Amino acid sequence: MTKPMDHITWQEIEPGGVISEPGNASSYHTGTWRSQRPVYDVDKCIRCWRCFIMCPDAAISPDYENNRMVWNFDYCKGCGICAFECPVDAIEMQEEGE
Amino acid sequence: MGRKVGIEVSIAAADAAALCDVDVVAAYPITPQTHVVEHLAELVASGHLDAEFVPVESEHSAMSVCCGSVAVGARTFTATAAQGLALMAEIVYIAGSMRLPLVMFLSNRALSGPLSIWNDHSDAMMVRDCGWIQVFCEDGQEVFDAIIHAFRVGEDPQVSLPVMVNVDGFVLTHVIEPIEYWTKEMVQKYLPPFQPVSRLTPEKPVSMGAFGMPEIYLEQKMAHNVALLNSRPIIEKGWTELAELTGRKYSAVETYKVDDAETIILGMGTICSTSSLAVDKMRAEGKKVGLVKLRLWRPLPSDDLRRVLAKAKDVVVLDRAICPGGGNAPVTSEIRAIMYTEPERPRIHCMIAGIGQRDVTPDDVCAMVDMALSQSIKDYHIYGVRG
Ligand code: SF4
Ligand code: SF4
Repeated sequence: MTKPMDHITWQEIEPGGVISEPGNASSYHTGTWRSQRPVYDVDKCIRCWRCFIMCPDAAISPDYENNRMVWNFDYCKGCGICAFECPVDAIEMQEEGE
Repeated sequence: MGRKVGIEVSIAAADAAALCDVDVVAAYPITPQTHVVEHLAELVASGHLDAEFVPVESEHSAMSVCCGSVAVGARTFTATAAQGLALMAEIVYIAGSMRLPLVMFLSNRALSGPLSIWNDHSDAMMVRDCGWIQVFCEDGQEVFDAIIHAFRVGEDPQVSLPVMVNVDGFVLTHVIEPIEYWTKEMVQKYLPPFQPVSRLTPEKPVSMGAFGMPEIYLEQKMAHNVALLNSRPIIEKGWTELAELTGRKYSAVETYKVDDAETIILGMGTICSTSSLAVDKMRAEGKKVGLVKLRLWRPLPSDDLRRVLAKAKDVVVLDRAICPGGGNAPVTSEIRAIMYTEPERPRIHCMIAGIGQRDVTPDDVCAMVDMALSQSIKDYHIYGVRG
């Protein structure tokens, strides 16, 4: 599935709705769901990677060169799990648009 | 040519599935389908059929096993009736939408309640919109041929759809009829090995049965609907080649004495045999009556039906399911719908009969035709009800 889901025509549907291209979840941008955004405080962060492990959408990854965590907002759906799990409150959820 | 044997239709149906060399049978016994499953179990146990017989704990599991086995590319057969179909209904729809070409023998039985084990078409009508190919059989030979045809058509990569072979419970499943068996060579010539369009295999992972988000559900339904409609030429080709092998020619809509008929009786399944006797009787009285037997229920052969029915003044539909609180009954409703846009259309009468295996004789069919023509029945009439 190279196209976003809402561009696929019925003629392009694989028989039985089979998804023959594994790992195509990356073409689905869960970031469009987000109503709250995690805001990261690099000074508080102790690089424990708990947020990286817990994020259900693999939206967080360690940036080794800059020694910090980075967010991919195409996929961060704003669930707040990272903020909840962070042991030092280095992540705070804020309303989108504020 | 195969040999002709006098045999119970259920046993012959199981033999037909075995001749197709099914890999998996998953079924739960239920009256009046039991003999089909029992015989297949015997064939597997005695080593006559090299297949996996899965004695599931319910019909819901039966259909689930069938879906899984087709998904890995195994030729799969099951059979059920009424309450069994009700229990598996959830997965029946899923097999349709996932385009998994299994074959199911449905021994048509009235849905409970009240509890009934006897014949009518209410079970088939419950899953009318499951998106399977659905055929109705009139006699034992048709059942035998229909099962082999079902594998051939359903498994065709251009079709890839499950097929339901409807067989009237008891009145057809339990009768002994002369049936011409196919030889193994005939089946091998007619039915190529099953090559699924997609297959669950570790070598090339795919996802089956994924979530249909609002953005994609409609497109998937449309694709499924078009696939079912487009199966029609393959169904016809299957019948043509079957005729070349056996000399028996089937078609989606079959007619009997309709050429000059002013009144056409329309039915599905065994009631057509009864009705053909009624036609002969009424013809002898000088009445211009004919019969249309609708074999292919899904995809509905609207084109053929329009062509045949448009010439008549009256069409009397014999419906074998009650639609409580509805406008008429399932078959009539379709016939009325497809004829509505015709410039010249017959009056279409709905006669609900043979419910819960209430007997319908040729005289009853004659009486229903007389009633339809002489009385002004508006939406439908439930024939033969006391009181
Ligand atoms: S808010 Fe949820 S989705 Fe976004 S980065 Fe945190 S854990 Fe991941
Ligand atoms: S959980 Fe908190 S402390 Fe741990 S890496 Fe993530 S932001 Fe830093």
